[in-house]
Amino acid sequence: MKLLVAISQTPETTARIAFKDDGKAFDAAGVNFIMNPYDEWYALVRALELKEEVGGTVSVIHCGPAAHDVTIRKALAIGADDAYRVDIDPDSAYSVAQQIAAHAKSEGYAIIFTGKETIDYNGALVGGMIAGILDQPFISHASKMVTSGDKMIVTRDIEGGEEEIEVSTPFVLSASKGLAEQRIPNMRGIMSAKSKPLTVIEAIPSASLATYTSFSVPPPKSAVKLVDPSDMDELVRLLHEEAKAI
Amino acid sequence: MILVYAETQDGKVKKSALESVYFGSKMAALNGTSCLALMLGKADDAGRLGAYGAGEVLQVEDANLISFDALTYSKVVAKVAADKNAKVVILPDSSNGKSMLGIIGVLLKAGVVSGVNKLPEAMSDHLVVDRALFSGKAFAKCRIDSEVAVISLSGNTIKPVSEGADVAVSSISVEVPVPSTKVLATNRSVGTVPLPEAEVVVSAGRGLKDPSNWGIIEDLADVLGATTACSRPVADSGWRPHHEHVGQTGIAIRPNLYIAIGISGAIQHLAGVNSSKVIVVINKDPEAPFFKAADYGVVGDLFEVVPKLTEAIKKLKSA
Ligand SMILES: Cc1cc2nc3c(=O)[nH]c(=O)nc-3n(C[C@H](O)[C@H](O)[C@H](O)COP(=O)(O)OP(=O)(O)OC[C@H]3O[C@@H](n4cnc5c(N)ncnc54)[C@H](O)[C@@H]3O)c2cc1C
Ligand SMILES: Nc1ncnc2c1ncn2[C@@H]1O[C@H](COP(=O)(O)O)[C@@H](O)[C@H]1O
Repeated sequence: MKLLVAISQTPETTARIAFKDDGKAFDAAGVNFIMNPYDEWYALVRALELKEEVGGTVSVIHCGPAAHDVTIRKALAIGADDAYRVDIDPDSAYSVAQQIAAHAKSEGYAIIFTGKETIDYNGALVGGMIAGILDQPFISHASKMVTSGDKMIVTRDIEGGEEEIEVSTPFVLSASKGLAEQRIPNMRGIMSAKSKPLTVIEAIPSASLATYTSFSVPPPKSAVKLVDPSDMDELVRLLHEEAKAI
Repeated sequence: MILVYAETQDGKVKKSALESVYFGSKMAALNGTSCLALMLGKADDAGRLGAYGAGEVLQVEDANLISFDALTYSKVVAKVAADKNAKVVILPDSSNGKSMLGIIGVLLKAGVVSGVNKLPEAMSDHLVVDRALFSGKAFAKCRIDSEVAVISLSGNTIKPVSEGADVAVSSISVEVPVPSTKVLATNRSVGTVPLPEAEVVVSAGRGLKDPSNWGIIEDLADVLGATTACSRPVADSGWRPHHEHVGQTGIAIRPNLYIAIGISGAIQHLAGVNSSKVIVVINKDPEAPFFKAADYGVVGDLFEVVPKLTEAIKKLKSA
């Protein structure tokens, strides 16, 4: 089975979030970048497991500058066979989806995996857009996938529960927690990643259609009001009368 | 014209549909247009969408819409939006809404913004909307550069108010493509409000020590009519189902009231809950980082504090 995993790069989860140029741009000073956890832990690993089960290849694709090659090499170290990098500033979900769909159209993948969202912008858009462009089924928030004859049975998260769906390839899937267990690259993986093919693709013309104009951070919270642990009537009074929350 | 996709479940309109319609009607009022609600499938209480601001309620009934398929649903919504010349399409930021958002954007060649969390100040040619990012650690304004805008509305952004009269529901016929996926089973916990829609959430962490202690959390949630949630280690170790896990890698929520019990307040946990309006933290460690993000705090042993709190709330409710 020919599989593609779209990987993105995000600030690590504990990074300080700040903006520069008068709130016009993210301040990346001192920030460490990682592979988006949904892409690395769940999408990529499930694709690798599927290849181990049924055979085939796992390719990864990333839209971004050469500085992001370390993230791509990590995906190769975890076990992907080859990689593509579309040389473009990933400024919007739509342009990223157009680039990935253009590549996929000529390659004919059985399943395209994305993460359910990136942990920085929380867009949750790229997967559906790829499906829309390719006119393929889209299953979002997948937390489990098993093969069943020539079909796949995917479990997806819905509000307060889950749904089981039968689908045939080709399709696009977005991965949420549970789809697989994180894999740590071993020494052999890291060494072999250096010689695996990483092809740079020139970007096709693409539109973004939505632009961030300014960013801000929430005002600091005022100090916590402590309530005596033996006086829960007081807490209830505060929540009822002051906060009007109950 | 603003088109709102009104989500239904088990033959009833969902809370998110009331929110989206009310939000859509307030947006429409900004430039004197009207708001149309579209339902795929039937709901017996659909007429009340009129009271929440829909000028018109349309419904498409078709055997191919009985269960959810993102591509099929998106094609129908996009078709109606194009026929009605909608300038803005609003979806709920739910799991189904999120599945459809990008597809509809592509089909309508429209700019898309997910998780809008505030009513826009004005309706100009290029819509500017607000959203949260970095799981609530930052906010942004986003401008849509296309003629048509497609947005999803974050839950609990607006309190829907019934301000008008019910309207009659009209059925329309639209060509519905055959879905290429098949829903085999849907399992939902019954009787509780799903976490993303809950107004009050009671959440517990590893401080609870053992899954057998969960009863005191449930008792508190019961008296508050709250939905329960948990930190990641609690879900990972199987104490609670994983759809209750909140935080950066779980569900992001923004209830009116979030009560965190025996949770330390790690940055990844806070990321999913710090947009809550009021946060109460109960922890025996005065140095727990969660107190910095809390509005009200109780430094004490949860096994003593929580039952007392439950009793105190019972007293209030019966007063
Ligand atoms: C990439 C990444 C993503 C992550 N995503 C998430 C996420 O989405 N959600 C999430 O929750 N975590 C997430 N985590 C994990 C996070 O870093 C923390 O490890 C986790 O939130 C801790 O859970 P906890 O607060 O329940 O447990 P602990 O940190 O062990 O805290 C338990 C708390 O209970 C208190 N306590 C103990 N006994 C009592 C008592 N008797 N009475 C009162 N208080 C008591 C203690 O003082 C302590 O503060 C993520 C981590 C990483 C690296
Ligand atoms: N620059 C990128 N390159 C490749 N894939 C991406 C990129 N940005 C996002 N994706 C994929 O799309 C998913 C959802 O991203 P988003 O819609 O931006 O939240 C991510 O988890 C990735 O799988």
